[in-house]
Amino acid sequence: MSKNVKIRRGANIKLAGKADQVKSDSNTPSSFAIKPPDFHGLTPKMLVKEGEEVKAGSPLFHDKYNDKVLFTSPVSGEVASIVRGAKRKILEVRIVPDSEQKYVSFDTANAGSMSGEQVTGLLLKSGLWPLIKQRPYDVVAKPESKPKAIFISAFDSAPLGPDYDFILHGEDGAFQEGINALAKLTSGAVHLNVRSGASTDPVFANAKNVTRNSFAGPHPAGNVGIQMHHISPVNKGETVWSVNVQAVAMIGKFFQTGKLDLSKTIALAGSEVQKPRYIKTKVGASVQSIVEGQLNDGDLRIISGNVLTGTSVGADGYLGFYDDLITVIPEGHDPQFMGWLAPNFHKFSLSKAYFSWLMPNKKYRLNTNMNGEDRAYVVSGQYEDLLPMDLYPVHLIKSIMTNDVERMEQLGIYEIAPEDMALCEFACTSKTQVQKIVRDGLDVAMKELG
Amino acid sequence: MKFLLNIFDNLRPNFEKGGKFEKYYKGFEAIETFAFTPGHVTHDGTHVKDAIDLKRTMFFVIIALVPCLLFGMWNTGHQHFLAIGEMTGLTEGFMDKFIFGAIRVLPIVVVSYGVGLGIEFLFAIIKNHSVNEGYLVSGMLIPLVLPSEIPLWMVAVATIFAVVIGKEVFGGTGMNILNPALTARAFLFFAYPTKMSGNMVWIPTEADKATVDGYTGETLLSQAYNAAPGSDFGTVAYDSAGQQFGSIADTMWASFWGWIPGSIGETSVFAILLGAAFLLFTGIGSWRIMLSFLIGGAAMSFIFNAWGANTFMSVHPLQQLMMGSFMFGMVFMATDPVSAAQTNMGKWIYGFFAGFLGIMIRVFNPAYPEGIMMAILFMNVMAPLIDHYVVEANVKRRLKRATVAA
Repeated sequence: MSKNVKIRRGANIKLAGKADQVKSDSNTPSSFAIKPPDFHGLTPKMLVKEGEEVKAGSPLFHDKYNDKVLFTSPVSGEVASIVRGAKRKILEVRIVPDSEQKYVSFDTANAGSMSGEQVTGLLLKSGLWPLIKQRPYDVVAKPESKPKAIFISAFDSAPLGPDYDFILHGEDGAFQEGINALAKLTSGAVHLNVRSGASTDPVFANAKNVTRNSFAGPHPAGNVGIQMHHISPVNKGETVWSVNVQAVAMIGKFFQTGKLDLSKTIALAGSEVQKPRYIKTKVGASVQSIVEGQLNDGDLRIISGNVLTGTSVGADGYLGFYDDLITVIPEGHDPQFMGWLAPNFHKFSLSKAYFSWLMPNKKYRLNTNMNGEDRAYVVSGQYEDLLPMDLYPVHLIKSIMTNDVERMEQLGIYEIAPEDMALCEFACTSKTQVQKIVRDGLDVAMKELG
Repeated sequence: MKFLLNIFDNLRPNFEKGGKFEKYYKGFEAIETFAFTPGHVTHDGTHVKDAIDLKRTMFFVIIALVPCLLFGMWNTGHQHFLAIGEMTGLTEGFMDKFIFGAIRVLPIVVVSYGVGLGIEFLFAIIKNHSVNEGYLVSGMLIPLVLPSEIPLWMVAVATIFAVVIGKEVFGGTGMNILNPALTARAFLFFAYPTKMSGNMVWIPTEADKATVDGYTGETLLSQAYNAAPGSDFGTVAYDSAGQQFGSIADTMWASFWGWIPGSIGETSVFAILLGAAFLLFTGIGSWRIMLSFLIGGAAMSFIFNAWGANTFMSVHPLQQLMMGSFMFGMVFMATDPVSAAQTNMGKWIYGFFAGFLGIMIRVFNPAYPEGIMMAILFMNVMAPLIDHYVVEANVKRRLKRATVAA
């Protein structure tokens, strides 16, 4: 049964540098990388050595605790280096691509004619499985669990988020095939959630085999966590999966062609990008191939993902596995004289303590300054206005701080992911690191509650 | 401002680890961050942050308190001149009254801030936590809820008590259970009742200036409390010069503008409403608490009206709410986000009972005709309990959802 949900709580942060609806190719990346830290909680076990030749689709490493979950190379080439950090933790597996791409050939067929086990097997083998994430705990889905539903959000409401209607326009066949494959994995529905009111691209409007729901309202309406809460909330013992829309098309293409093609279109956006637009590239591409020659001068932060949840990667980093956006904003190292007193017309605040409420349509060039210092909680009611879920976020945060697993469970740890509370972190007067705390809580809960 | 930045940059190594004054880093940090919003950037989590911080928030509350402070200064002078029968007209001698009041009030403000911030810095250095901005507001609230005749050493003692026992023993701003400013007032009220109540403390008089005939120094609340049974409060109420207001409308008029005796900042409903409008507009004060507090107070006043056992009960509800510290408590005291209830539903319950009990205690209290302070402190203590039940209801509702779905 499809639903129309109106989200009232939340906020849109209007940043300068939204991507124009133009697609262009990236420069040819000189290297690619798959980064184990993109998959939270994963302990990788390497299957290749430095210098080894791989094809697109060859396994690079697997999950140490579940050897069926493979992580494969997005391109064919040579494993150039395995970058390790503290305690020899594997941070990146870098691959220098061949000029001629060679693909591992998988034995696929029309997904509609396969069984759930066959689909699961192929997804695991091809390395597409990690595109499926699960709630609770916001980690890569466990292949043996039985989700009660699968959620696909067809719009990104985050600041400068890519427009999926534009990106997936014309990919009807691959998208439908992906849906058909995912439908085999759940006994419940596949929910495709579109933005209500907006004209939905035919790729979503005509998709079959799904339950289409529409959501209205500000960010975080586009987050799958919020959508699950309103349609099929995750209770104790239940599992719900989510897949990004572009990942659905990738899965579909895989079943159509039998080879792993991780091409995707990302948005290059932010106030420091000269011509914000869409770029065709591949999962794991070097950031340099995307941003070279595109940025303003200055001290910049290059973020894989959006400004709320993304990862700072730097100019020599790599596009994150799940990210469809590169945001570039200025750093904010400069102290400001009596910044708490100044009128600060250029600053943005969701509160009315600054003048941004007078200019609701202004696009802001925000920098990375903390705009204050860490404090204990003083102001109340801030988080509740930004989290459209029927739970008490501050009490949940406090239960995590005191490591009270039972209380976390009661207060809704199963439903929450760090990204859902990113806006709370943005707005927090006391500058609490909400996402980190939620992540810690999820880790503790996963360990204690399974 | 480059030179000032350089001064801080040059001084900083002395306070950092290994420096001469390493121990005093938190004190240095407080002054530095006051002068310059630091150039710290985000690391994990969101890459951009809202411009709001605690300094801005607290500063805005102080702006909201300015009308009360300025009016309080003028009114302190005005009450004095009324009592001695000089320049009794409202418009007469504006500057004389204001300066007279400022001379009485400013020292109290200075002592409150000086002593309070001194202790904050001391604790920050000893406990190695950052100096919290919370006291910037408490330091202004404390003078505004005291009578202008309070000895300065009592202000200092009360401030020490409020900051140490009211706040620091719990771990500083954000951890306290009671509103620190009300803790200071309650401390004085119980430790030195003769300087906090009665007819002698509200209006500054001087030994060499005789007061006018009929002068009593009573507040309106005290008059209502002492009024003869069966009399009509509106007509018997009188001002500091002993002149009757004449009608309930005129009494209300004087209460609304605030040229009546009382604690420094609490008398003018008009000045308080200016502050309230500012707090509500900026979203810094909780409208839920203010509204439910008003409803609670009004409900109790109407109940007393219907009962009408004595003159105090029969005071017109609007007059009841405009007298004493009801409005000030509603706008500035009950809304303290740390000691109030934190959930939205909890705020409704908390505010309602604070207002309701405030008027109830005021009228029933045999020793002293005011109860807002006690009611808010009582509800401060109850707030975590209220929140607990609100959150439990949520937990139950969510559990129910699970069984329905299954």
